Amino acid sequence: MDIVLQQLVNGLTLGSVYGLIAIGYTMVYGIIGMINFAHGDVYMVSAYLTAIAIALLTFFGVQSFPFILIGTLIFTIIVTGAYGWVIERVAYRPLRNSSRLSVLISAIGMSLILQNYVQLSQGPNQQGVPTLLSGAIRFHVGDGFVQITYMKILILLIAFAGMGVLTYIIQKTKLGRMCRATQQDRKMASILGIDTDKVISSVFVIGSSMAALAGVLVTLDYGSFDFYIGFIMGIKAFTAAVLGGIGSLPGAMLGGIILGLSESLFAGLISSDYKDVFSFSLLVLILIIRPSGLLGKPAVEKV
Amino acid sequence: MSQENILTVENLVMHFGGIKALNDVTFNIKRGSVSALIGPNGAGKTTVFNCLTGFYKATGGHIMLSANSKDTSVIKVLGEPFKVTDFISPVAFYQRLKYKMFGGSHLVNRAGLSRTFQNIRLFKEMSVVENLLVAQHMRANRNLLAGIFNTSSYKRSEDEALERAFYWLGVVDLTEFANRLAGELSYGQQRRLEIARAMCTNPEIICLDEPAAGLNPSETEALTKMIRVLRDQHNTTVLLIEHDMGMVMDISDYIVVLDHGEVIAKGNPDDIKNNPKVIAAYLGAEEGEEVTL
Amino acid sequence: MTQTDISYKKSGTDAIIAALMALVVFGPIMGIVLNGYQFKLSFDRVFVIVAIVFVGRFLMSTFFQTHRGKMMAFRYTNNNDGVTVLPPNHKSQMVWIIPLVMVIGLLVPFIASKYVLTIVILGLIYVLLGLGLNIVVGLAGLLDLGFVGFYAIGAYGLALGYNHLGLGFWSMLPIAAILAACAGAILGFPVLRMHGDYLAIVTLGFGEIIRLVLTNWQSFTHGPNGITAPAPTLFGLEFKRRSAHGETFHEFFNVPYDSAHKYMFVYLVLFVVVWAVLFIKHRLVKMPIGRAWEALREDEIACRSLGLNHVLVKLSAFMMGAAIAGIAGVFFATYQGFINPTSFTFFESALILAIVVLGGMGSTVGVVIAAFCLTVLPELLREVAQYRILLFGILMVVMMIWKPRGLVRVTRRGFARKEGVVK
Repeated sequence: MDIVLQQLVNGLTLGSVYGLIAIGYTMVYGIIGMINFAHGDVYMVSAYLTAIAIALLTFFGVQSFPFILIGTLIFTIIVTGAYGWVIERVAYRPLRNSSRLSVLISAIGMSLILQNYVQLSQGPNQQGVPTLLSGAIRFHVGDGFVQITYMKILILLIAFAGMGVLTYIIQKTKLGRMCRATQQDRKMASILGIDTDKVISSVFVIGSSMAALAGVLVTLDYGSFDFYIGFIMGIKAFTAAVLGGIGSLPGAMLGGIILGLSESLFAGLISSDYKDVFSFSLLVLILIIRPSGLLGKPAVEKV
Repeated sequence: MSQENILTVENLVMHFGGIKALNDVTFNIKRGSVSALIGPNGAGKTTVFNCLTGFYKATGGHIMLSANSKDTSVIKVLGEPFKVTDFISPVAFYQRLKYKMFGGSHLVNRAGLSRTFQNIRLFKEMSVVENLLVAQHMRANRNLLAGIFNTSSYKRSEDEALERAFYWLGVVDLTEFANRLAGELSYGQQRRLEIARAMCTNPEIICLDEPAAGLNPSETEALTKMIRVLRDQHNTTVLLIEHDMGMVMDISDYIVVLDHGEVIAKGNPDDIKNNPKVIAAYLGAEEGEEVTL
Repeated sequence: MTQTDISYKKSGTDAIIAALMALVVFGPIMGIVLNGYQFKLSFDRVFVIVAIVFVGRFLMSTFFQTHRGKMMAFRYTNNNDGVTVLPPNHKSQMVWIIPLVMVIGLLVPFIASKYVLTIVILGLIYVLLGLGLNIVVGLAGLLDLGFVGFYAIGAYGLALGYNHLGLGFWSMLPIAAILAACAGAILGFPVLRMHGDYLAIVTLGFGEIIRLVLTNWQSFTHGPNGITAPAPTLFGLEFKRRSAHGETFHEFFNVPYDSAHKYMFVYLVLFVVVWAVLFIKHRLVKMPIGRAWEALREDEIACRSLGLNHVLVKLSAFMMGAAIAGIAGVFFATYQGFINPTSFTFFESALILAIVVLGGMGSTVGVVIAAFCLTVLPELLREVAQYRILLFGILMVVMMIWKPRGLVRVTRRGFARKEGVVK
């Protein structure tokens, strides 16, 4: 019982992180209909940026955790956003009118570039950050206990705050309106005077910022990372996006949480070696049973 | 199998999300006729086409195609959801599963119906002849070993396919462009090639989606002749969507008029010309007002 | 508009913006190297890369303002990079090259040193993989990112078949091909009916899953420790110094033992298989199934309207590719003699994809040359080996923007009417 509860808590935090990254996939897919394979690696870059920010801040004598957290968040989000912008500008914009296959291959190329570039710049070894926030709340359940670290609570709070801000941007602001219009019909939007290239760029920036948020939170919690983490995380987040219905923002968040919960339960109760196999099988299963996901609209093929 | 009607459409309903694109559409197409589906923009003509040809799975109703000496239910071959009764009868279950796994719009074509598209869909980076050879895939010798070892039966089948391709190129007057890329052809030539490609699948009924769109008057006239050739020399039933009223009235034996997803009139060209509902739908006039086409 | 004005001011602003972006992007990751919880600064390389970006962007911006530059930009936005149809009954002038390559190829094992031979074998294995993936990506237009999974099935098929069932090289060669094709069918059938992009991510996951299973299923695969694979035999003769069962190759032919014999034999068998695959592929593109693959790449909806079952046609390409990868895997295992899961990472898939991209989608000759370039060159130039993946990535992006069809010009067969063949 305590294991189940503990895994549910872990799964919820993991799931909110998946959700944050899935947003990047789902928004990009919604607006230009491509899978941004480099997105997982953008998350990986943000993990490095987090460690760099923390190292810089401590070097300049910042000690208090809130300042470090805020400084790291701002730094990482800005730089990762720049990565998103540059990736779109360099690897995808020149291919706007090319075949889907070309764009996908270009995306894979970008993913390889990011991985190898980080590996060459920062070395192939695992890196880490010091534990900045420790302590936990414990609940006694039966014979055992369930432990919720403060860090996990922080993850949940920030992740949901991030999702809230994003929802506000998409639903209420002018930029959000332009995004939604471009998603519906890019050609029409551009006829109506929306600079769709700019909108697409800003979608990449927003998606990357969300991945950066996830990167900061996971790095602070987990401590260590290497240049390869983006790969598996990318597949998982994509699974979350498909599970929720690709193209749908609330779907990405919901899909992330469902995936996180079920994966944690699987890891805790059955086998942690095969938890990645489980997530992947889930992806194939969703694609067979309900390719439009939980909240997605079934796609009508244009003939 | 119905001898008279090649296509029977009953109570066809199509919903996209909350939008009712088609509402209770019923009509029959007679074997060997040239029929037209007309209506103002957004009336649901292309939706009807996509349902008939199996690209959309209709929400409700029946479409029966009586060609290749059998009856084919277009909706059934697309794979319907399982019903409770399927779990009792293994045969029904097997059928349903078969169509769910291997069903799809290609079965509609194999049942004897072929189509063209409103925005031309050729294999642009393949040559004109190859476009026609792909269309004969189902008739070709597809045995892998025969092809790899180039056996005589394989050669014969390929030669026949090539012969047929050149025959149809002759019909649509594209023989000299045989070895050009399909994407390099002019618009009118691409339209003709698409018709030839559809005919290469040996259909009993061919559905043309706005075949005259973008053609100049002389090309339209040539197209009209070609459609007559299809019907008279190849015994092919023709169903077309068209906005060029002159052409429609000229070649059609039977016209179905759609508006707002409903059939508002059917009949021969003369009936349609004088039908007040049709005139109202086209010109937006109040019913009863005197307008002439 | 014949006069073109070049605004250096515009080029300058473009370059400054690019350089600033480069500073933001490259600055932290390249300039601040993590070292434990501390860091080291190495801003010299940031300066170099920012300078490169500045100059590069300036030149590019200026070039695209010239007349020639505009012409080029126009050509690329139109994306018409010349597929040509050959005249009917065209005979290539280069036919003589095939027997020449065959003869040279047959001579290689007898003149080359053992080291060169091993590299050439590796090159041939990648030729095989490239040809397999070229069917899937180049002809059928399906992006398979888990190709290494099928390669692993072949390699582990031989090793496990030998260790658990006592099967040898010759029996596993066809079995591995069938196994890989079946795996392809099971994976492909549900996914291929969906939108094409899903296939990419599902196969990506599949490749990773195969590796995870090979690593974690210790009792069956020996996990990360790896597993031995048998060498091939010549009518039962083994290429060993001493054999437990029966005669060995050198005893039978009464020649002194040489470890290169095994590689020579592997090479010759592989050489024959590669030629067989080349021949089969050459025939396939002319056959109905090959035409259907290409048609499906061009327009899936039109294919369905012509009665082609798009799922099965795609599946046949997918399985064909998988089977070839399986065969390549068997050769890899027998050539290495020992395999472990680290040979089957995603980078391997990326390498094979890079071969196809560089060689040209659908082009056979291009793929053969690209396979040798991308596998043999890094072996010879060890210094660039660590930049290999980076180069593959850049190669993919640049090729897709510049020449998505690859470096080799794509030609199509011309057809002539044969009078009187059919009544």
